[in-house]
Amino acid sequence: MKAKLASFVASFGLPRLIITGFLLALFILAPIVGVDLPMQITNVINRFSWNAILVLAMVPMVHSGCGLNFGLPLGIISGLLGATLSLEFGFTGPMSFVMAVVISTPFALVLGMGYGALLNRIKGGEMMIATYVGFSSVSFMCMMWLLLPYHKADMVWGLAGKGLRTTISLEGYYDKVLSNFLQINIGKISIPTGALLLFALLAVAMWAFLHTKTGTAMTAVGSNPTFAKAAGIKVDKIRMLSVVMSTWLAAIGILVYEQGFGFIQLYMAPFYMALPAVSAILIGGASVNKATIVNVILGTLLFQGIVTMTPTVMNSVIHTDMSEVIRVIASNGMILYALTRRSEVSR
Amino acid sequence: MSGKQQNAGKTAFTFLRNNTVPLMFILICAVCIPISGFSPSYLLNEIITRLGRNAFLILSLLIPIMAGMGLNFGMTLGAMAGELALIFVSDWQIWGIPGVVLAMIVSIPFSVLLGWVCGKILNMAKGREMITSYIISFFINGIYQLIVLYLMGSVIPIAHSSIKLPRGYGIRNTVSLLNMRQCIDNLLAVRIAGVKIPVLTLLIIALMCILIVWFRRTKLGQDMRAVGQDIQVARDAGINVERTRIISIIISTVLAGFGMILYLQNIGNLSTYSAHSQVGMFCIAALLVGGASVDHASIGNVFLGVILFHTMFIVAPQAGAVITGDSMIGEYFRVFVSYGVITLALIMYEMKKRRQKANIGEQLALAQKEEEQHE
Repeated sequence: MKAKLASFVASFGLPRLIITGFLLALFILAPIVGVDLPMQITNVINRFSWNAILVLAMVPMVHSGCGLNFGLPLGIISGLLGATLSLEFGFTGPMSFVMAVVISTPFALVLGMGYGALLNRIKGGEMMIATYVGFSSVSFMCMMWLLLPYHKADMVWGLAGKGLRTTISLEGYYDKVLSNFLQINIGKISIPTGALLLFALLAVAMWAFLHTKTGTAMTAVGSNPTFAKAAGIKVDKIRMLSVVMSTWLAAIGILVYEQGFGFIQLYMAPFYMALPAVSAILIGGASVNKATIVNVILGTLLFQGIVTMTPTVMNSVIHTDMSEVIRVIASNGMILYALTRRSEVSR
Repeated sequence: MSGKQQNAGKTAFTFLRNNTVPLMFILICAVCIPISGFSPSYLLNEIITRLGRNAFLILSLLIPIMAGMGLNFGMTLGAMAGELALIFVSDWQIWGIPGVVLAMIVSIPFSVLLGWVCGKILNMAKGREMITSYIISFFINGIYQLIVLYLMGSVIPIAHSSIKLPRGYGIRNTVSLLNMRQCIDNLLAVRIAGVKIPVLTLLIIALMCILIVWFRRTKLGQDMRAVGQDIQVARDAGINVERTRIISIIISTVLAGFGMILYLQNIGNLSTYSAHSQVGMFCIAALLVGGASVDHASIGNVFLGVILFHTMFIVAPQAGAVITGDSMIGEYFRVFVSYGVITLALIMYEMKKRRQKANIGEQLALAQKEEEQHE
């Protein structure tokens, strides 16, 4: 029995166990300390629907052996370009969301290809360089948001008449278009069906893709590049494809996030957005070179669960909000744990 | 003759390739300085102030690079240790130079502990030290916040309410260090034509440089260089690789703690929760601007880097405002340049590594061929 338990802990990972246990404790504590549980569950489901696609974006690059995509901000920037341009061109309502997706796609493809080409030239050092590619692109776009000729009155600074605002309200545009689509209300719990459906669609597509010939090749490249090369797989091309997919998913992911959140956040906002997504998929059971759709779903639920539950429950228990600190320690601790697994050192 | 010319061309090309970043920065500064319209004495004053403020911090990066552990993004840990020490010392109301010295002494146990943890973790993540040390800095930042925001005043005794939050525990967002502000800079300071030179600070930095040069020649320093060159060879030579790597990180963390205390005594107040967050990035960017790379950095790189990087930092906002009429552009530009430089340096390092690998492969093939011909 003890040995069985030990092997379970070893395979599941101690940090994961602690995080899951912590979340369970929060759920048990919640009704006792008088927190509105249905409301909390609604929040968790909502936040899941905002963030799941960003976490899904991690999957292709992990599969092709490029590691965790710390360069997620690059894809997010493509999404932001799509969103702002769609608004600038005067689209409103649900149409503005569709157009944002359409416009951001070419940006994501081009940026993703450039990014992929770069990562192909620096194999082995992907994660560190990805982090800094993300940072540089975000800080470069900070200048661009000010300089690009946007003119729409509700997006630019009122006085100067130019330069985009730091946050742009989506009211009248695509605020909650997906969440409100086919929304289900059971008692006090409401489910944002549209957003969940889109995630399900993309997740199934990803799952199906990974079972096609190209998808299997991608996994082969990730697990053993030399073998894959010998088997006649064009390693660089497959890696490039995975990076483009990841970048595009990040672009779509941020658009879905915005529709749930109700605002477009520009400038430094995308800066640290990679870290929550990275730690979410790791909490879900992924490692630096292995990730499944189940990891994505489980990880996003656990991570968002902690993010939503800690502030309220902690506040009721000890009357201080320690949630931020707990979130920082838990998420970065998880990333550290994954980076230090000896069996997974890929080089 | 033509061969000589070709050779000269090749040397010039290698020189350009190896010094792209510093040359680029000289160009940026050369363009921005006249546009910004700052007077030379103002500029000189600012640069010397920043040299005194930052050089020690950047020096702390040199030793892990020597040990082949790359850019130590975990130097933030040392900065946090320094800040913890400063919080204690200001609570004990010990000011001036005794306060600074005491803070340095108090910071040592924190730095050693954090450096040891960091080194242990990095030993588990060989080959990806940089990303790991980068995440460690975030992780420890969480623990630092836990200690400073919740445990100080409630568990760890803090006597003076002036540095505590109104709720009775946790430290305020800024802790005033007014009573030790520039106490080291001002002692023995010399003014030459309106430019203030903090002689004592510069002496301390010079002493540190000498110590680093000396350290390189010691047995431990030689061991670190060997580990940096090739872990396997070093291990075969009987060097305890893991221990050597941990020591190099501990030394770096302790130095970063001292550096942070020097930095903060110059600034004069401590932003409890944000002072350390950018320090690693700026120091690393400055070192790289000075022409260092991930696997090679000298003391010369440190000084060239501080001067070039901070000249850019001073003039960019003003120059940006003159060119575009918007001061924010310059602010964003300098942030972009800092990140861009690090990105570029990392890319060049990885590509160089691949090139060397390919070269070794070619040489092996060549040697094999020759051997076959001999037979």
